[in-house]
Amino acid sequence: MIHIDWILVIVAAWLVLGIWALFALHRTKFVARRLFPLGGLLGLALAGVALDALFSTAEVAQLLIGLPGLPMHLRLDALSAFFLVVIGAGVFGTSLFSAGYFRAGEGTAPGLLCLEYHVFLAAMAMVVLADDAYAFMVMWETMALSSFFLVTANHRVASVRQAAYLYLLLAHIGAVAILLCFGVMQANTGDYTFANLRAQQLSPMWLSIAFGFAVFGFGAKAGLVPVHVWLPEAHPAAPSPVSALLSAVMLKTAIYGLLRITFDLLHGGLWWWGAVLLALGLISALMGVVFSTVQTEMKRLLAYSSIENIGLIVAGLGLALIFRSYGMANLAALALTAAMVHVLAHAFFKSLLFLGTGAVLHATGERNLGKLGGLIRSMPWVAWLVFIGVLAGAGLPPLAGFVSEWLLLQSFLFTTALPNSFLDMLIPLVAAAVALCVALAGYAMVKFFGVIFLGQPREEKLLRAHDANVWQRLGLAWFAAGCLAMGLFPVPLIDAIDRVTNRLLGAGLAQAVHANGWVLLAPIGLERASYGPVVFLGGVGAGITLGLLIARRLYRGTLRRGEPWACGYAGGTARMQDTAEGFGQPIRQIFEPFFRITRDLPSPFDVRPHYRVLTQDRLWHGVYMPIARLVDWLARGVSWLQQGRISIYLMYSFLTLLIMLMLVRL
Amino acid sequence: MNVTATGILAQSLEIALALAAAPLLLGWVDQWRARLQNRSAPPLTQPYRVLRKLFHKESVVADSASALFRLTPYVMFGCMTLACAIVPTISTDLPLATAADAIALVGLFALARTFIALAAMDIGTAFGTMGARREMLIGFLAEPALLMALFSTSLITHSTSLANMVDTLSHRATVLEPSLAFAGVAFTIVSLAENARVPVDNPATHLELTMIHEALVLEYSGRHLAMMEWAASLKLFAYSCIGLAMFFPWGIAEVDSPLAMLFAVPALVFKLAIGGVLLALIETASAKMRIFRVPEFLATAFLLAVIGLLVHQLLEA
Repeated sequence: MIHIDWILVIVAAWLVLGIWALFALHRTKFVARRLFPLGGLLGLALAGVALDALFSTAEVAQLLIGLPGLPMHLRLDALSAFFLVVIGAGVFGTSLFSAGYFRAGEGTAPGLLCLEYHVFLAAMAMVVLADDAYAFMVMWETMALSSFFLVTANHRVASVRQAAYLYLLLAHIGAVAILLCFGVMQANTGDYTFANLRAQQLSPMWLSIAFGFAVFGFGAKAGLVPVHVWLPEAHPAAPSPVSALLSAVMLKTAIYGLLRITFDLLHGGLWWWGAVLLALGLISALMGVVFSTVQTEMKRLLAYSSIENIGLIVAGLGLALIFRSYGMANLAALALTAAMVHVLAHAFFKSLLFLGTGAVLHATGERNLGKLGGLIRSMPWVAWLVFIGVLAGAGLPPLAGFVSEWLLLQSFLFTTALPNSFLDMLIPLVAAAVALCVALAGYAMVKFFGVIFLGQPREEKLLRAHDANVWQRLGLAWFAAGCLAMGLFPVPLIDAIDRVTNRLLGAGLAQAVHANGWVLLAPIGLERASYGPVVFLGGVGAGITLGLLIARRLYRGTLRRGEPWACGYAGGTARMQDTAEGFGQPIRQIFEPFFRITRDLPSPFDVRPHYRVLTQDRLWHGVYMPIARLVDWLARGVSWLQQGRISIYLMYSFLTLLIMLMLVRL
Repeated sequence: MNVTATGILAQSLEIALALAAAPLLLGWVDQWRARLQNRSAPPLTQPYRVLRKLFHKESVVADSASALFRLTPYVMFGCMTLACAIVPTISTDLPLATAADAIALVGLFALARTFIALAAMDIGTAFGTMGARREMLIGFLAEPALLMALFSTSLITHSTSLANMVDTLSHRATVLEPSLAFAGVAFTIVSLAENARVPVDNPATHLELTMIHEALVLEYSGRHLAMMEWAASLKLFAYSCIGLAMFFPWGIAEVDSPLAMLFAVPALVFKLAIGGVLLALIETASAKMRIFRVPEFLATAFLLAVIGLLVHQLLEA
């Protein structure tokens, strides 16, 4: 029972930290430099305990909080432990960064922010531990509410309030769906513990209804298309450490919920569930990445990229479900492992990138890509650390993002024996879509890094941008090191994930992977496919050294600094570089049907011409605005009832009474 | 991973051959191109002379260049050297080949592309960013097409490891699979685009409106440019050898026959010579496309490769 107790102690300590901060409401320095790093250390401890728990047996506990006779059941099994590792690792780096980030006089008082932050962390950890629907929903809602308050940290800005409201709305619609899902699963037994839900034998129809609710509810939290609209609004609105936590950790709790319900409580289910997840995941991935390449605001770009990554993870889950329903446990384990690796990889590189934007935002006060540029010279620490995240985010070897991409493509490739020939045909197309998404992610990442950190500064003030402080560097370095370590040593990582896949599918990759030592990753067999990141990096490194040696040996000239050549044109200014719009223009053209583009072109006679392009999501105008208008219309209809005169209200009461009496008589 | 003495020998030989012969291949293609276009041909050693010239010139680096800019030529060189080391050219007994399969090889090319695009953006001139944008445009279209073309082969051979692919392909009973034909055409298109050859890009001009690769390396000079040029020729060499290994895998030595390497070298030279002439022929026969047409061209390759996969599932599986 030792692990779960320790985790509860850590959660309690987070809450204590939060309450402590209330007594130091405006002492920014104390809150930032003392409480946040303490919370971060607790996060590291959580990751450590959870990692140890991952390799031990499941543990249960009961918390006597809540309604009488309805205690909170908690359970720590391999799946929960893995996600606790993700939470702990994400929190550690983010809290360290936060220590150097929060300043006085910006929105919510620092002490209050600290409370909200730590309640949020505690709620996330408890969501993953919950073993009954009651505890799960309470913690899920606590998580949603505390994160809502974190998003509204800058509540004086109208657009921030709007974004947060949209987030709250979708979070609650999603929560209702999850509640209904639990309601269907308990099958009139009235017992909401997960053990009971697991034991129910539902008919395929009710199973599918429960699955549908779960996909909608968790999809709304994870940001699957078409319920993704809150994500690109809320993530940019929040302070950067909060965006990092939202994107890197909170979205993963939705993945956890989806895994827990579909794989564990509903036992995998029918093959077409997998197809649904696969389709939703791929649509999200493609939409997300295409939109991320055309964004002009750095945090929106990253938010859309999160939609893409969540889409890839869900596609992996879908594939695993398909294999599982056909009894191909080993392939299911491969697909699930790919998804899990991506969960962790995305947590690291997206935290790194979001925190990097935070440092840039503090140094320059700009979040618009069109006003940034050239920061690698004034902010080398941030730039080079973010560079690692960019490479990982683009899915490039030998970093973390590539491992999951590689495993995912492998699982697509070796699926020639599915009994369903329709699916058999479809799988290569899906692999093609994944390849396209990953390649486009590279485009988005080059745009992100190139426009912010490279080139000439597009504004005068960028020359005076200061580099990140020590705390911020520590936070960034933690995530960068994680991206490198996961990319270079995937075998220990797969060892850990093996526990999860064994728990959910009864199969894992650890044995197959171990057959080839820790250098080579060969999940199926050495003759099938292998990837050795350390050797790969060594090879590239040796090649670079060889190149340097050759250049040194053969070179007879000298090195001189001078003006850029630019084909001999001397009048170039920073304004002549590609803007963010310009860099995204080819994508806008190729994927035009995806967007709702409004162009505002000047006439040739304009003295002060303005050129404006607005690229929007079609779903927003196609789905959400009609719904909003419908709600508006209904609300007006209801308001017609409220005439504001007492005689009419008395008449309503009278009519109600009359109808009631008639009903009683019948 | 069994590292044998012959394996190490084959590996070193391959790298040495690639480094030495890659500029020669470029010279051969240029020579044939000139001949086909009725120009007087430059000598076969012209690329070596260019390298020698660049190694004797001053390197001018823009004032605003960051370390990324100066590092990139070596990264390009390193990536392309590793690519040439992974692709089985004369033997399939390569110790390094287990480190990266076909997917990782595509990742390696993507890594190099990311670096070169970022380096081009580093100086902050209009041409650099334009080149970077176009390079990434071609990249995101070509990369999935290349993966799909390679996947057609791996579905036939049940492996993504290039060495195993070659081993299986050279021993199979059927000579021609229809899916490979589709994959071959797709691969050819991708190779043209990725190596900045004619229908997509023209390596011989500095015309602002059309250049892609030349825009990327515009700010480089001296030893940096030399490394870039060398890396570009290595890339052409690597792509040619991937094509030969996948579609014409004959003559490559195997694990149990190290002596066959003696014959593998002339076989490779012969195949590359024919491939070079064909490349020159394609380049002469086609006109440079407008940049807006390139996505369609590459989308064709992507679709062909996917059709290849489907054909495999329908007819051959």
